Amino acid sequence: MFKKIYAWLDERLGFDDLYKGLLDRPEPHGNWWNTLGSASLFLFIMQGATGIFLTVYYTPSPDHAYDSIQYIMDGVAFGWLIRGIHHWGASLMVLVVFIHMLRTFFSASYKYPRELTWIVGSLLFLLTLGMGFTGYLLPFNQRAYWATVVATNIGGVVPGVGPFILRAMRGGTDVSALTLSRFFSAHIWMLPAALAALIGAHLYLIMRLGESAYPDADD
Amino acid sequence: MASSHRISRRDFAKFVTAALSTVMGAAMGIPVIGYLIDPALKVQSSEAWIPLGPLESFPKDSPKSFSFTRSNINGWEKTVNSYGGFVIKKSDSDILALSNRCTHLSCSVNWSEEENAYTCPCHEASFDMEGGVLDGPPPHALDHFETKVEEGALFILFPAIPHEG
Ligand code: HEM
Ligand code: FES
Repeated sequence: MFKKIYAWLDERLGFDDLYKGLLDRPEPHGNWWNTLGSASLFLFIMQGATGIFLTVYYTPSPDHAYDSIQYIMDGVAFGWLIRGIHHWGASLMVLVVFIHMLRTFFSASYKYPRELTWIVGSLLFLLTLGMGFTGYLLPFNQRAYWATVVATNIGGVVPGVGPFILRAMRGGTDVSALTLSRFFSAHIWMLPAALAALIGAHLYLIMRLGESAYPDADD
Repeated sequence: MASSHRISRRDFAKFVTAALSTVMGAAMGIPVIGYLIDPALKVQSSEAWIPLGPLESFPKDSPKSFSFTRSNINGWEKTVNSYGGFVIKKSDSDILALSNRCTHLSCSVNWSEEENAYTCPCHEASFDMEGGVLDGPPPHALDHFETKVEEGALFILFPAIPHEG
């Protein structure tokens, strides 16, 4: 019965071909360090899922952001769990992506023909940091507020265009309701969309080029 | 492979992946469902006895107005609503507490001594002393509150009972 359904779907959708083409590819003899890319992907998906659930109660306005998070923590069943995973997962993702970058650096995987994988990866790292930066403001407590004041000030000291960068990030001269809503928009729409697209490109390149192998005594 | 009971490394990896995914899926899935439906499970009872003061302070056969506020907490939002009405004391054992909310579109009605009626400022409705409709668009009589007297003090039960029919 299930075999029949599967065969019917497979004939039209081609699961088997997808599986062969995408996942059933030869892997070099690697080690645990080779799993960090997949770990980054897992963390991205987990942050996406828990983030979507947080938006059910979170409210991105200066009047309500703090209270709505308080409510998630104390008022909603398992709210502490969803927020806790998103909160700790954020730091973990930066860490894991960074170690993944170090491993591809030390294994010299950025060399021909994987230069583009490396460049796309560098953008992924910057976007991951951007997620951390924009997410940090969202609780809108004292720490979040002042961290954003300081971090946007750093942008402001760029020679020439600094003051403009500062105002563009804040959406005005001060950290305000406009800052909160544009950080929120960046955090839940713009950056994740860019991340998803670039992760797609990253994975396409890995499937196309295969993973680099560690040299052995014969090399 | 078919004749041996040993499983291949690949099948083992597949099995472990599937098993771990199922455990993780359940461990996350159940809390998520709880998280999403949580507000639907909290039915807050808003019923409360509101004290209106000593019964002797209400005049006989003449509506006396009262008002009170109730706060309502929905998630992180607290709203305070005011309510009001009239007590009509016929005797110490025959007390009627009416809501002042017009049954048309919820404006507050006022007692008018010269018209001997509650009048609504919005669409010129009027109600008799017991709340029955005299004139205007309201579909039915004013709502009333359940009352009780304890140690000489009058209480009403919030929320008001809608007029049946
Ligand atoms: C959201 C962040 C990222 C995700 C989801 C991700 C995902 C992956 C995955 C699944 C792999 C294949 C498995 C592996 O080698 O670990 C991989 C490989 C690779 N990644 Fe990333 N990655 C991310 C960030 C980065 C960064 C920041 C860099 C470097 C700047 C980078 C450079 C590379 C390179 C060069 C490879 C090829 C490794 C090889 O062929 O041996 N990636 N990535
Ligand atoms: S609201 Fe009272 S008459 Fe319309």
